Amino acid sequence: MNPAYDVVVVGGGNAALCAALSARERGVSVLVLEAAPRDYRGGNSRHTRNLRCVHEHPSEFLSEAYREDEFFDDLVRVSGERIDEPLARRAIRESATCGAWMGVRGVRFQTPLRGTLHLGRTNLFFLGGGKALLNAYYARAQQLGVDVAYDAEVVGLGIDGGVCRSVDVRRAGSMETIAAGAVVVASGGFEANLEWLREVWGDAVDGFVIRGTPYNTGTVLRFLLDAGAEPVGDAAACHAVAVDARAPKFDGGIVTRLDCIPFGIVVDVHGQRIGDEGEDFWPRRYAEWGSLVARQPDQTAFVIVDAKVADAFMPSVYPPVVGGSIAELAAQLGLPVDALETTVAGFNRAVQPGTVNHDVLDGCHTRGLTPEKSHWAQRIDTPPYWAYPLRPGITFTYLGVRVDVQARVVLRRGLPARNVFAAGEVMAGNILRRGYLAGFGMTIGTVFGRIAGRGAAAYARD
Amino acid sequence: MHATDPTARARQMLVVCNACRYCEQFCPVFPAVERRTSFPVADLHYLANLCHNCGECLYACQYAPPHPFGVSLPRALAEVRADSYERYCWPPRLAEAFSRQGAKVALGLVAAFAVLLLAATSFASAPAPGSADFYGVIPHDVMVGLFGLVFLLALAALGRSLAQYWRAIRGVDLGFVPIRTWVAALRDAVTLRHLHGGGVDCTSGLDDRLPWRRWSHHATLGGFALCFASTTVAAIYHSAFEWMAPHGYLSLPVVLGTLGGIGLVAGPVGLLISRERRDPALGDPAQRGLDSSLLVLLLVTSATGLALLTFRDTAALRPLLCIHLGAVLAFFVAIPYSKFVHGFYRLLALVHAEDEARREKGLERF
Repeated sequence: MNPAYDVVVVGGGNAALCAALSARERGVSVLVLEAAPRDYRGGNSRHTRNLRCVHEHPSEFLSEAYREDEFFDDLVRVSGERIDEPLARRAIRESATCGAWMGVRGVRFQTPLRGTLHLGRTNLFFLGGGKALLNAYYARAQQLGVDVAYDAEVVGLGIDGGVCRSVDVRRAGSMETIAAGAVVVASGGFEANLEWLREVWGDAVDGFVIRGTPYNTGTVLRFLLDAGAEPVGDAAACHAVAVDARAPKFDGGIVTRLDCIPFGIVVDVHGQRIGDEGEDFWPRRYAEWGSLVARQPDQTAFVIVDAKVADAFMPSVYPPVVGGSIAELAAQLGLPVDALETTVAGFNRAVQPGTVNHDVLDGCHTRGLTPEKSHWAQRIDTPPYWAYPLRPGITFTYLGVRVDVQARVVLRRGLPARNVFAAGEVMAGNILRRGYLAGFGMTIGTVFGRIAGRGAAAYARD
Repeated sequence: MHATDPTARARQMLVVCNACRYCEQFCPVFPAVERRTSFPVADLHYLANLCHNCGECLYACQYAPPHPFGVSLPRALAEVRADSYERYCWPPRLAEAFSRQGAKVALGLVAAFAVLLLAATSFASAPAPGSADFYGVIPHDVMVGLFGLVFLLALAALGRSLAQYWRAIRGVDLGFVPIRTWVAALRDAVTLRHLHGGGVDCTSGLDDRLPWRRWSHHATLGGFALCFASTTVAAIYHSAFEWMAPHGYLSLPVVLGTLGGIGLVAGPVGLLISRERRDPALGDPAQRGLDSSLLVLLLVTSATGLALLTFRDTAALRPLLCIHLGAVLAFFVAIPYSKFVHGFYRLLALVHAEDEARREKGLERF
C-alpha cells in the first residue's frame, strides 16, 4: 500500500466497490481496505442475488413496470413512516440507472430464479448471484488500477474537526497509517459481533446462527459513533429468519433456510406450538419466524411435516429427522413424547375440512387452537414424519450512522463531515428502519456507493 | 467433510446446489439438478457429462473452498465424468488403462504399430524416389483391410458403450426423442454454446477469461472433420473414379487434409497450453493423462501427416508413412477408450437435457 491515497474505501462489499469504481473513474487514486481474505471478500454481498429497481417498461430481465410511488409504498409498508424520505426517494429514483451502470462494469443478469417468480417484476437478478457480481467489480477495479488490500483490518479513523485525515490499518500483524483525502465507510453492520449482540440479546446469542460473513464486526461503525456520528435505526433490532439449527455458526448463507413451515406445524422444546404457521404467504412471513424462534427456550424450535408434503417444498441442504410415528420422531428429537403426541392429535382434530392449495390463501384452517393455523392446515397423519430443527438466523442489523443526501456522515451538531462518506448497510438504517424488502439492501449499497465515491473523489481533487 | 468416492462427493455438493440455485442460468446442469430431489449414480453420470467445465459456478459459489461446505462442482463433475467413461465402456479394462496411464499407452501404441509397419515393409522394394508412391510401401488393399477392420471394431465398441450410457441416463423408457431435439443438442454441442453461455468466454482463472480454449477446441474438432472429409473424398476418388493417390497439392483431398492437419496441430497445442495455464481447481489433476493422451495422439497424427506431405518425394517416405499410419492405427484403437468419447457422452447428455426441458413444460430452452 502507498502511504497516501485520494480516497480510502473501508469495506469490500457491493457498496464499497461501487464507491471505489465511481471514485477511480473520476481519476483519483483509490485504496480498498477489505478485512476479509481474498477468498471471503465482499461481506454479505456474496450472499445476495438481486437488486430492487424502478423501471417504466419491461425488459429482458424485468417484467411490466415498477414505479417510484409503488416502490416507496412497499418500503413504508415494511419499514414504517419514520424514514428519511429524501434519502429513500433518492435511493429509489437512482435505482433506475443501476442495471445499466452495473452492466457496463461487467455484471451479468438472469431472469428470476425458480421459486422467486414473485420478484420478477421488481428485482433484477445477478447471473450467478452476489459473488459473481463482486468478481466482476473486483476485476474491473483491477483493470482501472484501484488498489485492494485484503486481510486489512481498520483499527482507527483519524477524525478531527469533521474531517478524516487518515486511516489506521492492521495488516499481516503490522500497523500502518494511511493518509486519505477522503474516506468512504462501507463496512456493513455488526451482525457477526457476538459480544455486541450479547449486549442486546443476552445469552440468547449462544443459540443464534449468523447467516453471513464473520467479518461484519461493526468496529468501524463503532469508531464513527465514538467520533460523534449520529446513530440511526433501532440499535436493538436485527433481521432474523428461521434457519436449520445444524447450520454453521457463520456464513451458512441461503441454503440453511427452511421453506416448509407453512406445510406443517412448529413446536418448541416442550412440544407446544408457538405460532400461526399459515398466517400469510411465506415470503412475507419468512422474516418473522426468526425472532419468534429467538424468543423460545434454548432459541430452538422444530418444524414437523408428514409424508404427504415431503416433496412439496424446496429441498433442504440438511436431511430431515425421520420417524415412523410421532412418538418415534419425538424420541429422535429429544422432545417429550406425550406432549408432542397430544399437540399433533389436537392439531389434527382441529383441522377443518377443505382442499389445501399453497398457491393461494386457501382458508384451510384450524378451529379451537391457540394459536390457530389460518391457511394450509392439513392433518399430520401420514408416516414417515419429518422434522427439521430451527434456530434464529441473523441476517443483518439496523443500527447505522445518519447521512445527508450526499452520503456524508452527520458527525456533530447535525453537521455533515466534509470528507467522510458512508454507503451500504452502515447507513441503510436511515431508510430501512425495520423489516425487510428483498433486494433493497443492494439498491441502497449501489446508489449510495456511487454517490459516496463521486463525492469523495470530488472532495479529494479540490 | 467430503466423501472419498467421486460420486458420493458430487452428490453432497449437488444437495447444496439444489438448496441454493444461484447458478441456475449458467448452464443446463442446474435446471437438470433442480428437476431432481435425489441423485442416483446414473443421474450423476448424466449431469457430469452435461457439464462443459466452463468453471463459472466455482467462482460464483459462496460455498466454494475454503468455505466448510467445500462446493467445487467443476472438479467433482470432472471426476464423475471420468468414472462414467469407465463405467459404460466395453470392454472396461481398456478404459482404465487410458485413464491411468494415458500418455504412455498412447505413445506406446504409436511406437508399436510404427515398428510393426516398418518391419513388415522393410522387405518391400523401395518406391522410386519422387514417386510419392504410398501403395508401393503398403499395398492399397492391405491398408484398407487393416484400417477398415480396426476402425469397424473400434466403432462397434464405442457404439456399445454409448448404448449402455444412453440406457442408463434415460432410466425408465422415456420413448422417442424428436429429431429437432437432436438437432438442437447437436448445435449446442458443436458450437460449444455452454462454454460461453453467460455471454462472455469461460473462465481460466478467477479474474481471467480467455477465448483460446474454446477456439482451440473448434480447431481440433474442425481439423478432425476436415481430415475425415479428406480421407472420404480420397476413397471416393479411388473407388468411383479410379483416381489414385498421390494427389496433387491443389487437389481436394490434399487441400482438405492440409487444412485439417493444420487445425489438428494448432488445436491440440492450444488445448495443451490452455490446460497448463488454467486454474487447477477447475479440473481433475488425475485426468491429465486421459486428456493429454488424446491430444498427443492427434498431434502426432497430424504432424506426421503434414511431414509426409512435405517429404513424400524423398527417401523419408517409408519411415514417415509407417509412423503416420502407426499413429492413425493407435488413434483408431483409442477411439472407444480415450477422451475421444467425451463428445459423444456430452451430446447424449445434451439430448437428454433438451428432452427433459421440453417435457417439463412448453419449450423452455436450455
